[in-house]
Amino acid sequence: MKKAIIKLDNVWKTYTMGNVKVHALRGLSLTIKDGEFVCIYGPSGSGKSTAMNMVGCLDIPSQGDIFLKGKNIAHLSESDLAQIRGKTIGFIFQQFNLINTLSALENVMLPMVFQGYSEQARRARAIKLLDMVDLAKRMDHKPTELSGGQQQRVAIARSLSNNPEVILADEPTGNLDSKTGNKIMDFLRTMNKKEKKTIIMVSHDQSLAKYADRIEYLRDGSIIETKNNGKR
Amino acid sequence: MAVRNLGGRKLRSWLTMLGIFIGIAAVVSLVGMGEGLRIAITSQFGFVGSDVLTVTAEGLATAGPPGTGAPNPLSDNLAAKIEKIPGVEAAINRYLKSGTLEFNNKQGLGFAMSVPEGDNRKIMMKMLNLEAEQGRLLKDGDGRKVLLGNSYLDKSQFGKPISSGDYVYLNSIKYQVIGIMKKKGSFLFDQAVLVNTKQLLADFGDDGTTNIIAVKVIDESRIDKVKEDVEKLLRKERDVKVGEEDFSVSSPEQTLEQMNSVLGAVQWFIVILASISLVVGGIGIMNTMYTSVLERTKEIGILKSIGARNRVIFLLFFLESGFLGLVGGIIGVILGITLAYGLAYLGRTLLGADLIQASVSMGLIFGSLSFSFVIGTLAGLLPAYQASRKHPVDALRFIK
Ligand SMILES: Nc1ncnc2c1ncn2[C@@H]1O[C@H](COP(=O)(O)OP(=O)(O)OP(=O)(O)O)[C@@H](O)[C@H]1O
Ligand SMILES: [Mg+2]
Repeated sequence: MKKAIIKLDNVWKTYTMGNVKVHALRGLSLTIKDGEFVCIYGPSGSGKSTAMNMVGCLDIPSQGDIFLKGKNIAHLSESDLAQIRGKTIGFIFQQFNLINTLSALENVMLPMVFQGYSEQARRARAIKLLDMVDLAKRMDHKPTELSGGQQQRVAIARSLSNNPEVILADEPTGNLDSKTGNKIMDFLRTMNKKEKKTIIMVSHDQSLAKYADRIEYLRDGSIIETKNNGKR
Repeated sequence: MAVRNLGGRKLRSWLTMLGIFIGIAAVVSLVGMGEGLRIAITSQFGFVGSDVLTVTAEGLATAGPPGTGAPNPLSDNLAAKIEKIPGVEAAINRYLKSGTLEFNNKQGLGFAMSVPEGDNRKIMMKMLNLEAEQGRLLKDGDGRKVLLGNSYLDKSQFGKPISSGDYVYLNSIKYQVIGIMKKKGSFLFDQAVLVNTKQLLADFGDDGTTNIIAVKVIDESRIDKVKEDVEKLLRKERDVKVGEEDFSVSSPEQTLEQMNSVLGAVQWFIVILASISLVVGGIGIMNTMYTSVLERTKEIGILKSIGARNRVIFLLFFLESGFLGLVGGIIGVILGITLAYGLAYLGRTLLGADLIQASVSMGLIFGSLSFSFVIGTLAGLLPAYQASRKHPVDALRFIK
């Protein structure tokens, strides 16, 4: 069987607000294997986004360990995290989170800037990626000139630009109608199958969960149930 | 990208830069004018050499060339007495007569200045450093011949330029123009009408007084001693006590130094004022940058999420801020140069003299530009640091 690419081991995340302690994650343990498409499913406030941030090296846990490709990232510095994040993780957000002052092409090129690729290499790869999400014709448009679905496709292209092993999608279709949402999901599915990307998706929409190989049910900061989608 | 972000927030950027460009404009124009004034004053005296003393009668404040209109003029036999003082090579009477100058049927004002004859002519020529652009300089035996200043080549004075060989009327007496001098950059000389002493006294009348006595000393290192002796002699001759002198003995070089130091002080004062406005501008930039960091918190989060290190975020805002300063500086320099030359032009047309000349050096321009960039970066230091320290998760959650 394939090796684990991500492993969360008894992860706690506690937010202190004044003298109230909010436990967003309570001993979350989760293993994700290379090439898997996993959906983390749970109600609002269950800690899905918090878990994603941990996996995505955006934040470090209050307690517990997180292994990314066998490396414990729970205690790394911000700068090291940024580097790992840029190389191994691609983010897709609910709000698309594109930079509005840059064109679609420049948005896709941007992550490669931080990894020190040449301008030519960046441009060539960005054009290829935009072509893959059927947006080659729109590459000079600003995000504000694109529809929600198109923006999310730009975001998908951007998430792939540094050829990361893992793609994290936090409610990628949350701001889209169901038809557009399905199209985005098809893209993610293709990324998973053709490009062999590990995809972790967060959702509270049962209908999207069916795209995944495996569904992890999260409630109050820990996994309560795991369901395999059999063959798909 | 830093540049692009500026473009997006035009109005505020411009407002922010206002402080910077007012400051820089003030520095450039005033320092430029100051340098110009310095050059103008230096050339105004026309005398060169640190071995010259000028004696003039003092009294009521008067308009016009030095030494005219004083209540108790210098009598012209003083020169001979001064010449006897040890260390004096020559003492030359210089007569200045104002009158009318007519050419091309138009009348204007002319200051006729005497040029001494004989050996003194050589000394004087060396002192004044005159050169002819057209024709020749005056020589002994020239009667009703005049040597004119360079400004008469300008047709605005008499409707057409005067050239050597033309005839002009000085107080209705016909003179031939023997030559036109090269430009000196000094009102006194560029407007001058030079006539040999004998002819000047013959045509304008000799009342036994002179306007300036130019004293050439033999050894310039002993000029102070000679100055004292001349003063002593004049006090005796004119029967005045120490401290009540109605004359002045000065060396142009010394006066120049004094004026330059005053000018320098004025320039420093201006520079300090401008610096204050630059500091205010810097604070403005800092404020804008703080707002900008806050506004773009989400963007910072995005950048971090796609792998930007803190260093990159810092640099982004730091350079943006420096750039803000630089653009302000560029506008300021352009404004300042325009202002300096505009004022100089105004001065020329209103006063009709080259007294004020703008002179903006490359060093001043580059100095101002790098200075404004540095101010921008300094102002951006803290906001940029703050931006770089933002936590990616919090930044991403930020909603405008
Ligand atoms: N920065 C924070 N400071 C304080 N509490 C936080 C912070 N982030 C999250 N929380 C709390 O942690 C809990 C889990 O939040 P999280 O955003 O992970 O939920 P979620 O499952 O993603 O919910 P949703 O489906 O609404 O996005 C919530 O109770 C939330 O209030
Ligand atoms: Mg969430």
